[in-house]
Amino acid sequence: MSRRIQPLALIALLFTTAAHADEVQIAVAANFTAPAKLIAADFEKATGHKAQLVFGATGKFYAQIKNGAPFEVLLAADDTTPAKLEKEGAAVAGTRFTYATGRLVLWSAKPAVVDDKGEVLKKGGFDHVSIANPKLAPYGAAAVEALTALKLLDAIQPKFVQAENIAQAHQFIATGNALIGFVALSQVMKDGKIGEGSAWIVPANLHQPIKQDAVILDKGKGKPAAEAWLKFLKGDKAKAVIKSFGYEV
Amino acid sequence: MLSSVNLASDLGAVWLTFKLATVVTLLLLLIGTPIAWWLARTRSWWKGPVGAVVALPIVLPPTVLGFYLLLLMGPNGVIGQFTLWAGIGLLPFTFGGLVVASVFYSMPFVVQPIQNAFEAMGDKPMEAAATLRASPLDAFFTVAVPLAKPGFLTAAILGFAHTVGEFGVVLMIGGNIPDKTRVVSVQIYDHVEALEYGQAHWLAGGMVVFSFLVLLALYTLNPTGRRK
Repeated sequence: MSRRIQPLALIALLFTTAAHADEVQIAVAANFTAPAKLIAADFEKATGHKAQLVFGATGKFYAQIKNGAPFEVLLAADDTTPAKLEKEGAAVAGTRFTYATGRLVLWSAKPAVVDDKGEVLKKGGFDHVSIANPKLAPYGAAAVEALTALKLLDAIQPKFVQAENIAQAHQFIATGNALIGFVALSQVMKDGKIGEGSAWIVPANLHQPIKQDAVILDKGKGKPAAEAWLKFLKGDKAKAVIKSFGYEV
Repeated sequence: MLSSVNLASDLGAVWLTFKLATVVTLLLLLIGTPIAWWLARTRSWWKGPVGAVVALPIVLPPTVLGFYLLLLMGPNGVIGQFTLWAGIGLLPFTFGGLVVASVFYSMPFVVQPIQNAFEAMGDKPMEAAATLRASPLDAFFTVAVPLAKPGFLTAAILGFAHTVGEFGVVLMIGGNIPDKTRVVSVQIYDHVEALEYGQAHWLAGGMVVFSFLVLLALYTLNPTGRRK
């Protein structure tokens, strides 16, 4: 029996370190992966706190948070999930704010496929259009709205390949399996311009603004590191990073 | 509660899953039997490496398999360039693509039971058949296959059930297209993600019942364990 106790003690030790006060557990929407990493590095340097980032789909985070996930802050891909969590008492009231407004982009990993007016959607020449599941992902829903506004939904919809989230939508295109698709501008923007391939930034008036809200969750209530993170996210340094990835702040 | 549109979409996923598992099981019995025969009887140095490759999907996370299949079947991958050359087009996001992926994924669950059955049979029945002047092929079908019947039954049931339970690979290469690649497991995942727990329940509960019945059938119908 005593042999079993040692590994258990080790595991317990691991958990105690993970729950250290100077660490903040943050659930981050997949589209915000790259900027969040940069901001976290700056945050750690500036405050001494450690930011533990977890990336994923906002809908999944919602279910996990409601079922006791240890996240202290949520950076959502939408504004409805944080509002819903606040209403249901799972988030701290009054901490919610829009940290970024996302831009939708029609993107191909190949150069000269997507023109700067999105005419490729009318011309065709592609078998698949990659899109994040509109039922689950705000960028997917925005893409459907934009196609509806352009009166192209009926023509394009049969070519949809749906990804679980915006990161996978990007992967379908990056691997060449879908020639074009709708992703977040932040995923294809590098140093203020489109990094690779060809893209059309979908005009913001074609869809509802993709407001991404942050909120402190129940588990982060009164935690200095969680509050420090939100404050840092509102600061100029973080804003500059967010803007450099094509978000509006 | 359940609207008729959602019900139709759920039933479409159930039917597609059934179709996929049936096609994959039949293909695997065709492809897996010669592999199992060879693995059971060869003394070649290659037995180890081939057996290990066949068993890989048991150990590998489906995401690894799905990721590499996505790359290999894409326009820059070896399989993708072959299918483009053959005029089939690209496999990801198609039913054919799911079949190919599932054949890899469920291979060990079909090959191993058949291989075990062939190994348990030993050399003697085939030698006896040969002394009676049966050709090797004749002996294979009239002696080896009937003797290995429990192995085939196990292989078919496990291959079918494992394909029904497939998720990670389909998620990586499927593209969630209704009636083409949206299988039950993906549909359940979508329902859960969209917080449609009611709909998730009837599909997920159905999967639990189905899996239990399949395994129950396997353990009651198949007396392999008790025979020896």
